[in-house]
Amino acid sequence: MIDRRMGIFLAGLFVLAVVVPVGNLALAGQPVPTYLVALIGKYLCYALLAVALDLVWGYCGILSLGHGAFFALGGYAMGMYLMREIGDRGVYANPSVPDFMVFIGWKELPWYWWGFDHFALAAAMVVIAPGLLAFVFGWFAFRSRVTGVYLSIITQAMTYALMLAFFRNDMGFGGNNGLTDFKDILGFDLAQPATKVGLMVLSALALAGGLVLARWVTGSRLGKVLVCVRDAESRTRFLGYRVEHYKLFIFTLSAMMAGVAGALYVPQVGIINPSEFSPANSIEIVIWVALGGRGTLVGAALGAIVVAAAKTVLTGALPEAWLYALGALFILVTLVLPTGVVGALEDTLSRLRGTPPRKEAKA
Amino acid sequence: MTSLLRALALLLALGCAGAAAAQDFAGLIAALPGGSYADRAKVVKDLGLTGDPRALVVLRALEADDLKVLADGTPVIVNDKTGAAVAAVDGSDRGTPAADSLDRVKVNNAVRRALRSAIGMLTLRDPDPARRLAAARDALKAADPDQIEALDAALAAETDAGVAATLAEARAAAVLKSPDAAGPDQLAAIATLAARGDDAARAALTPVAASAKPDLAKAAQAALARIDEAQRFWGLAQNLWYGLSLGSVLMLAAVGLAITFGVMGVINMAHGELVMLGAYTTFVVQQVIRAEAPGLFGWSLVIAAPLAFVVAGAVGVVIERGIVRHLYGRPLETLLATWGVSLMLQQAVRSAFGPDNRDVGNPGWMSGAFHLGQMQITWNRLWILVFAFAVFAVLLMVLKRTPIGLQMRAVTQNRAMAANMGIRTGRVDALTFGLGSGIAGLAGVALSQIDNVSPNLGQNYIVDSFMVVVFGGAGNIWGTMAGAFTLGIANKFLEPFAGAVLGKILILVGIILFIQKRPRGLFAVKGRAVEA
Repeated sequence: MIDRRMGIFLAGLFVLAVVVPVGNLALAGQPVPTYLVALIGKYLCYALLAVALDLVWGYCGILSLGHGAFFALGGYAMGMYLMREIGDRGVYANPSVPDFMVFIGWKELPWYWWGFDHFALAAAMVVIAPGLLAFVFGWFAFRSRVTGVYLSIITQAMTYALMLAFFRNDMGFGGNNGLTDFKDILGFDLAQPATKVGLMVLSALALAGGLVLARWVTGSRLGKVLVCVRDAESRTRFLGYRVEHYKLFIFTLSAMMAGVAGALYVPQVGIINPSEFSPANSIEIVIWVALGGRGTLVGAALGAIVVAAAKTVLTGALPEAWLYALGALFILVTLVLPTGVVGALEDTLSRLRGTPPRKEAKA
Repeated sequence: MTSLLRALALLLALGCAGAAAAQDFAGLIAALPGGSYADRAKVVKDLGLTGDPRALVVLRALEADDLKVLADGTPVIVNDKTGAAVAAVDGSDRGTPAADSLDRVKVNNAVRRALRSAIGMLTLRDPDPARRLAAARDALKAADPDQIEALDAALAAETDAGVAATLAEARAAAVLKSPDAAGPDQLAAIATLAARGDDAARAALTPVAASAKPDLAKAAQAALARIDEAQRFWGLAQNLWYGLSLGSVLMLAAVGLAITFGVMGVINMAHGELVMLGAYTTFVVQQVIRAEAPGLFGWSLVIAAPLAFVVAGAVGVVIERGIVRHLYGRPLETLLATWGVSLMLQQAVRSAFGPDNRDVGNPGWMSGAFHLGQMQITWNRLWILVFAFAVFAVLLMVLKRTPIGLQMRAVTQNRAMAANMGIRTGRVDALTFGLGSGIAGLAGVALSQIDNVSPNLGQNYIVDSFMVVVFGGAGNIWGTMAGAFTLGIANKFLEPFAGAVLGKILILVGIILFIQKRPRGLFAVKGRAVEA
């Protein structure tokens, strides 16, 4: 089930998950600084998000421009738990409601915050909230056969609407500022390097788990049907498959994975705010997948890590150049590398070996 | 005959009043500095009732604390810059008295109130009708029974119909307040105010509705009910206007997209940035005009519009030839590539013009507002509505009545067949895309008048414009028009109940649900074109 490219990637991930903690915690002189640990953890969350998008776009042809919304929902679920963990250590030292609610004059916790002081419920909501949204949204969209660019545009509208909603103060999610000032998670201090290393290793594990799960799903019979849907939706329907059920399943699964990525992301960056819902963020996820190679899973993860790292470097060194670079990347990848870097690389390799390249079906 | 007699009598009365005023004007001025504040307020009021233009000068001076008294008791008006004094009564020169020899005529709040009211009464005779209208509105608000006579006089002398109506209403409000007005007079006043039907009228009528005289109270209550109805109607009309205005903006932003997306099937995510380029073109044109030929400023938009069309259109042609051409038949890739273009254009404008909002001015004919009934209509919104329809009409003409429009439709309906007929499809593609982009530029000119011109301008409209096109149905520019106005009006009618943000969210959710029902929009193209 695990082919060569995934084997190599998982091995690399394993090395990373061993070297970084050792370098940060055990070795003298700390060759791996703590900020880098949090950064790597962040990239790994992005990679998981990219894998989630690749699952629907690469294997089922659904170009979602709203995956940032599922990521952010997972993040908010985790953020709510972290907010409740602060307890009475906030600025207003109010044990019953978080600071931002004190600020807007709320005396009691709204009902949708109930139970978020239990980690188990928050962890469940991390997958339930995005999964439910994806299920309801997908059920409406796929049932009425909204496809192609129309689907892309309404997913974009969905995340845009959510962004506007979360910007409202009376939504009870901190409005503009979002949720921040977290102190600890399950009793571990978030400022401690050991906690950061733990979260990073957890992110690596989640990414590995996500990759294996995605591989398993796409390798199964169901995965074959998904590829059929991508390549010839009407024909698959005429063969007797309930196309909308397959789409709904993979869309919901992907949204849940994105939610997990968001939940791991929030404690590592220490903030979640409505700008995570912005349509531009969601489109950036697409370029990660497109650059790495859609339908390759590993390529998507690599693409996310490379682009996110390039963003960190470029926005630091040449802030003006970043948008030019990102824009050029969008154009070049779509014009020159339709199968992404991984796809192009493997095609070239197999051509060199004299075996016929793998066929790319027309979308 | 009777009306003629009445007019004659009025003129006679006016003449007498004028004569009387001339006699006691000097007396009133002389009495102004003496006595208590209450006496002074009384004198001020009497001065206002004289209707004498000379009184206006004195009262304005009193209001500005420039009215002083010389050592010999003569009131003078002192110019507070030069210190030169003129007599308050006849304006004769009194030299430049030493500052410490002057005594200021003091005012308190009661006197100030009297002053404002008196100045208002005197302004009723101002030669400028706009000033008279403002004074009449003040009088309506004051509703002072003592002003009835002055209002009658002003009413008789008034030539402007609009001002006369307001004067009559002001008189009606004053009559209602007056304890000794006759019943029929007050009933007539209620009718006059009910016809006005706005908040000022409501304020004047509300105390009367609780009056002890049953017939008056009843009439006032009926009038209030009528006013409520009128206000509901005008509220509706105002909402409708806001909706139309928003719809016209949406239509401008979306109609170019309707060409590139609707007709060609190309998702152009850089459309918003082309709008932004149009707005920046306007900015540059205005900068050049300000520097080189300030007299042309009124024409700046007329000059900017064709330039914006050319700039945005040229960029559009470059995008089509450079990128979109290679991606026909792959809509998702087109979407991503044009998103890349949009990022680069945004950054380019940010580098060239800076990240801040740029100031684009309104020419004279675009600024200000006028009233229609109780509705306020701003000129810039009205012109944008007109402009949107003009652009739409021209576009329709181009598509339906010109050879290039025919070729555009032919290529989009059946590319291979069109090519066989000798149409250069590549050239037509470029021109179509250029047309859609050029219209985006025109939208930018209009938006520069009502929105902030910043590098993010396009981002604010891109989701909305796609919603309009998707809602209206791709491939049909009539659908775009219907979609734009439906969404605009729906948005403005939701706003009072739900608030601006929630209203917008409801609209988005509504569209998402609507797409379920009609996946191809309001005006779907039927037939074989659907699967293309």
